[in-house]
Amino acid sequence: MLEVFALPFMQRALLAGLLVGATASYFGVFVVQRRMSFLGSGLAHAALGGVALGLFLDAEPLFVALPFTVLIALLIAWVRERTELGGDTAVGIFFSLSVALGVVLLALKSEYAADAMAFLFGSILAVTPADLWAMVLVALASLLTLPVWGRWAYATFDRDLARADRLPVLFDDYLLTAMVAAVVVSAVKVVGILLVAAFLVIPAASARLFARTFAQMTLFSILFGLFGVVAGLVLSYLYDVPSGATIILVESGIFLLSLLASPKT
Amino acid sequence: MEAAVEFENVSVRYGSYTALDGVSLRIPEGAFVAIIGPNGAGKSTLLKLILGLLRPSEGEVRVFGRPALKVPAEWLGYVAQFKTLDRSFPALALELVASGLRRRWPFRLSAREREAALAALRRVRGEELADRRLSRLSGGELQRVYLARAFVRRPRMLLLDEPATGMDVLGEADMYRMLEQYQREHRATVLMITHDWEAARYHATHVLVLNRRVIGFGPPERALSDECLRRAFGHVGHPHELSFSVERRDA
Repeated sequence: MLEVFALPFMQRALLAGLLVGATASYFGVFVVQRRMSFLGSGLAHAALGGVALGLFLDAEPLFVALPFTVLIALLIAWVRERTELGGDTAVGIFFSLSVALGVVLLALKSEYAADAMAFLFGSILAVTPADLWAMVLVALASLLTLPVWGRWAYATFDRDLARADRLPVLFDDYLLTAMVAAVVVSAVKVVGILLVAAFLVIPAASARLFARTFAQMTLFSILFGLFGVVAGLVLSYLYDVPSGATIILVESGIFLLSLLASPKT
Repeated sequence: MEAAVEFENVSVRYGSYTALDGVSLRIPEGAFVAIIGPNGAGKSTLLKLILGLLRPSEGEVRVFGRPALKVPAEWLGYVAQFKTLDRSFPALALELVASGLRRRWPFRLSAREREAALAALRRVRGEELADRRLSRLSGGELQRVYLARAFVRRPRMLLLDEPATGMDVLGEADMYRMLEQYQREHRATVLMITHDWEAARYHATHVLVLNRRVIGFGPPERALSDECLRRAFGHVGHPHELSFSVERRDA
């Protein structure tokens, strides 16, 4: 089975999958515990606007989508913070705006519609070195935020306690939202815009079913995310089916097994 | 005696709604203050101002002689209402206690942190809760864990928002005993929101009767006078009024 990964494009796919699998499932625990799943989905759709803008400008799509989606994420966080509108409303507005922008831009340059489809459904086997660089950058940025895990976790548990302890909760919220946006963009080439939210949520949700502590949840989530990528890639190669969707199917299988095996609450 | 808390003409407004209106107050260090008042009287707002979670729209709040936001977090031990707890968060009681030491959520506890957290749990007779999940604790057990979390950092001031919620009568008596013991040993100031006037009468050195303004502040026998209670609540107590009206009806 290991010979599958002797092929250079599979090696690139594996590296890309492992990078985004680890980062998405790491941030997924915060997304799940803070009930931000819709944000993940909304940012994935916002990434479409960014990708379309990149294609329209003849630039590397991921390198345009990255700042574009982070900006949208910060705008969502700002509207949520500054107004009494619910977070889901802010997500709904900006996600629709980005998708509309993407559709218009793609219509103006219809020759790029096929490229956009690769982002819509994911195309891990077509990951380019530039895509890989974007993923490495996001993974490095994620590593740099590891010391913030304790602050994010604390504010996830109880915002008021964290604020009373003088933690910069608001800054941390913006940072977390921006990082989720970056991870979402880096993952769209792997699993596609339509499925990227599942990539964030499913490993973390599976981990939650077993974990007794938030640290355990984080570690289990990363393990499930990485296993889903490797198993999904192998299966997609063996059965010649789309890799992004197969990864999500494997992760969904892990979730169902976790559901059956986890202690009843 | 130095003031633990000073409010100088403090008002808090949310748009057109006034939560606190021109509150001036001086709480001496070492006092055990019960804060009572009807719902919406601004009791939690008052605690939040001291904790630095809110800024006043007008006036100034000083804690141990410093602006509230400049007070080191370790000086304050906060016990929030347990009903705000997110029970879906996977955590052990020991971790919650240790979070009070570290001021962030612990990934792994050091031996020293573990020992300190266990000692705080022993103090509230909750050592057996250490490795239990928060989601599996009863209301009373959870309050003891929160209390241990506040004790673990040995704060100069404890701020408690309805700490007796969810506790049975014995648990409640136990909690007051622990608070009084801590206050004596550390000469700490205790500020406690409560709806229990009897608890305020028997355990507090001072009672603050609040209804957006300070209605009364001082020793329980003075602050809990019929006049203050009538001004704050519009009556002097449901149980008395109820029995009085029943007697009248019977008559």
